[in-house]
Amino acid sequence: MSFLSLSPLDVAIAALLLVLNALLSLMLRLGLVKQMLIAAIRMVVQLLLLGLVLKVLFDLASPLVTSAMGLIMILFAGREVMARQARPLAGWWTYGLGTGAMLFAGTVVTVFALTTQVRPDPWYEARVAIPLLGMILGNTMTGIALGLDSLLTSAARERSAIEARLTLGHTVTEAMSGVVRDALRHGLIPIINSMSAVGLVYIPGMMTGQILAGIEPMEAVKYQLLIMFLIAGGTTLGVLGAVLAASRRLTDSRHRLRLDRLSAANGD
Amino acid sequence: MLSIQGLTRPGIKPFSLELNAGECVALTGPSGSGKTLLLRAIADLDPNRGSVFLDRVSRDDIDAPAWRRSVGYLAAESGWWADAVGTHFADHDQAAALLPELGIVADALAWPVARLSTGERQRLAFARLALVSPKVMLLDEPTSGLDAEAVDMMEAILSQRLAAGAAILLVTHAAEQARRLATRHLRMTDGMVAEAPV
Repeated sequence: MSFLSLSPLDVAIAALLLVLNALLSLMLRLGLVKQMLIAAIRMVVQLLLLGLVLKVLFDLASPLVTSAMGLIMILFAGREVMARQARPLAGWWTYGLGTGAMLFAGTVVTVFALTTQVRPDPWYEARVAIPLLGMILGNTMTGIALGLDSLLTSAARERSAIEARLTLGHTVTEAMSGVVRDALRHGLIPIINSMSAVGLVYIPGMMTGQILAGIEPMEAVKYQLLIMFLIAGGTTLGVLGAVLAASRRLTDSRHRLRLDRLSAANGD
Repeated sequence: MLSIQGLTRPGIKPFSLELNAGECVALTGPSGSGKTLLLRAIADLDPNRGSVFLDRVSRDDIDAPAWRRSVGYLAAESGWWADAVGTHFADHDQAAALLPELGIVADALAWPVARLSTGERQRLAFARLALVSPKVMLLDEPTSGLDAEAVDMMEAILSQRLAAGAAILLVTHAAEQARRLATRHLRMTDGMVAEAPV
């Protein structure tokens, strides 16, 4: 077993590729130099900060601080969900529903993994809990963002079809079934794709990391399988929760479609 | 049969109406005066206030789907939620019997919705609602854009329904049609409804 440690100089040499990138952009007048520079600086600062935060977090080994870190990650994920919406619910509803669904799915799946499969000692050990939560959240976030966007935009687009069912005396659950089903499908497609393509089209980052760190491939595979199952479970729970809750918010007890609860459309 | 007292919603001034069995009331008015909003409020498709009774039972005591099966609203623009025409009809035998009365072949049930013309959509949407047999029909321009023959056919069905005891609130731009079907005439301007001479 060997772990190949990197010196700062090694990293700096890799950064030369970015200079190549910038030269290309200048030569072809792509106008990307400034954006690229800012993105690169952000990446360096964010990751260095993350390294520092994780070091402190692991040393503290406090369940309270670890949960606080988890919560902050979930709040940021909620912001990302919100940013992907063409037509969010008015007020804080989209943020609230997205964040709530991630809080629920992320917590349930992470605690489930920590207490029954990975079992670090103590079970809430930050070194395991935080990366696990991060991987689950990253995927759940994408699923929820796509699912909510699909539900809210198609409910507005399909208004006459939904209301045609309502006027014929169908319940709001029946009337919304088409757009709800489409939204769930949109939210779950990325995880289904990544399960089908994994190993053939790409080697997942975590598994690559473990192999680079000197772990036997089969051990890394077992870990990757576990993670994929957790991600699939978290995404399903999160997408289901967010889409069903948003569908309820878009309708009311008198079986009406409440598009007035969407924020005004951009650009029309 | 249908009794409305002080029905209001944004854009609609308090509205009251007694609609009896077998009666057709025509509602006219310029575009944007609130006719569609009023029909939607009676069907309870948008939040609204006021009391509405059907055969002396308050709307508040009836769940919304049952209310809309009794007080059927036909939107000016039809909506379709599946690709096949047939999916939109619960009972194909009944539908196949009714469609020829509207000048549409029964085979249309097997067609894709995308193949329908605007006029066919309009008549099929009417057939879909008529087959639910609502006691009261709220019709928003049911014949606009139909040719004279199709208009006659639809009016014949409406007359049959009236004779059988249904009640109709009919939004129409055609004064002739209002005269043929309606016994009373209402006119709407800026959200306010007033009796008008027949």
